[in-house]
Amino acid sequence: MSATPATLTVHDLLGDKKRRNREARMRFLFRLAAVLSVVVSGLILFTLLRGAIDFLRLVPFGDLVDDSTAPGWFPRRERFDLPTVVLGSVVMGSIAMVVAVPFGLGTAIYLSEYASPRTRRIIKPIIEVLAGIPSVVVGYFALKFIAPDIVGPLFDPDKVQNMLAAGIGIGILIIPIMASVSEDALSAVPQSLREASYGVGARKSATVARVVIPAAVSGIVAAFIIAVSRAIGETMVATMAGGLDGSGPRAVSPLDPGLSITAALTNAAGGTDQVKDGAPFQVLFFLGLVLFLATMLLNTIGNRFVRRVRQKY
Amino acid sequence: MALVAPSVRTSTQEEVRRSLTTRDRNIAGLVLQVVLLIAVMMTLLILFTLLVRLIGPALPVFGDRGTAFLTGTIGSNPDEVGIWPGIYGSFFIGLGILAISIPLGVAAAIYLEEYAHDTRFTRFIVVNIRNLAGVPAVIYGVLGLTIFVGWLDPVTSGKTVIAAALTLAVLVLPIIIITSSEAIRAVPQGLRDAGYGVGASKWEVTRDHVLPYAAPGILTGTVLSLARALGEAAPLILIGAITGLLPATSLDGPFTALPMTIYSWSAKADVAGADLRFENVAAAAGVVLLALVLLFNVFAVYFRNRFEKKRTGT
Repeated sequence: MSATPATLTVHDLLGDKKRRNREARMRFLFRLAAVLSVVVSGLILFTLLRGAIDFLRLVPFGDLVDDSTAPGWFPRRERFDLPTVVLGSVVMGSIAMVVAVPFGLGTAIYLSEYASPRTRRIIKPIIEVLAGIPSVVVGYFALKFIAPDIVGPLFDPDKVQNMLAAGIGIGILIIPIMASVSEDALSAVPQSLREASYGVGARKSATVARVVIPAAVSGIVAAFIIAVSRAIGETMVATMAGGLDGSGPRAVSPLDPGLSITAALTNAAGGTDQVKDGAPFQVLFFLGLVLFLATMLLNTIGNRFVRRVRQKY
Repeated sequence: MALVAPSVRTSTQEEVRRSLTTRDRNIAGLVLQVVLLIAVMMTLLILFTLLVRLIGPALPVFGDRGTAFLTGTIGSNPDEVGIWPGIYGSFFIGLGILAISIPLGVAAAIYLEEYAHDTRFTRFIVVNIRNLAGVPAVIYGVLGLTIFVGWLDPVTSGKTVIAAALTLAVLVLPIIIITSSEAIRAVPQGLRDAGYGVGASKWEVTRDHVLPYAAPGILTGTVLSLARALGEAAPLILIGAITGLLPATSLDGPFTALPMTIYSWSAKADVAGADLRFENVAAAAGVVLLALVLLFNVFAVYFRNRFEKKRTGT
């Protein structure tokens, strides 16, 4: 004890050097891993931008709108009509939302407001199963069942494969995300609001329709926006069931075959014997950039709405 | 009370009595409830139909081919094809994700939850990770094509399982970081304080107290993202997974994965004279993939529930 200095300095409290070094090393490694995610983002942006600029050098921006009488997306003939693929994405995405919003939101409201704990325990895992189904399996389902057995007999389209069938398939894929994000929002509404509503004599239906849903509206909007983003980014169903093999005329009617941005992208890469540096290949970077910016914008807006719900309650 | 005229009072009393005793039907409420119930039932019906329409066409394949379907290779005759190259590819992709994404993802989550201060840079990383989680899978395919197939060709030998594993590892990284962060955040502060109280350093507290407590949550998130990655086909199309013939499986040669077999067989025309149709083998491959993915999901959910129960029980 006599060896202990009379006054304890900060240096004595720091512990031994080996241990301190290990601390610094671990901290550095963890920080590196976290920074890596920024590197990934940077690389994505760099890859897309570089490829898109290369593409635009081959095909000037003005040529991306085909103003001939029969406009369309024909990469092998070097005809890149951007409205064709944007319209494809918009049409299929809209159909998907028409499917996903009623089923997803309805399921969310039912689970959050009406279902008994027992029913919830049964239905929630089933929705999680639906969420876990790979998109390629839903693509098969849209191609082999929805198109010939649902859309065919009901609408009698000219072609068996069309954007309506693909859109319904994408809708099935995004029901779970619509359901889970809006259920989070509905569950976040404080119980006191419901009790206050019952306290002034409101019925269950009035409480749900006029108190709970308005209180959760920003979360439901967030669910909608995030679902739109997923629908536009969904690739396999649009590629498999859209009815086109990488090229086709501009189409607006849901009963026509169509090409989404994602389907055009996979087809640009999927061609086996293509020249790997021509415009038909380079276009995939440009399409990737368009898709990246569109989904990023939607996700940013959607996340802002999610945060609004969190701050409110 | 005295100001209220007696006549009004009696009518109010009647009104209250009537609304308390008569059973008036709440049509709007009933309609709302029925509509909601229909939405739920339709969602369940869709899932049910999907399973039936997948398993139905798959049954003849399992009946005719049995395990030969699992060990055969991809090709042009639906009577002879099998999913072995797909299983091989998906297995090594899964292995790659385990080896790359878990250490990196958990490390990033530890930094964000335990080490990082609330600076502008930290917030930027968090927002960035959330954005990355929302980037469509196919975009990661474009990234993989440029970086892992192109730039890192000496390491990956081009369009191989290694490039695919790296690409999908990057794809699930943000999801693993987010779920691991949530698991670490759920660790009670008292555990950390107790560790610091007896003189443990930050890394010692993280290693000995935080990580063991957060492990079930981290594992659940990891298994779920692994299931997601195994079902992902879009990035693999970009990376050049084989859809036609694949004579031999190897780590440094052409590859394919389980979801890719479904994708390619769905589009193939039937072969005259063959007993099975490509539609059938595609469905059978779909059943195998779905069974695998659901197994992972069930395992993860079971594991989570078990640990939650244990914690609330003690």
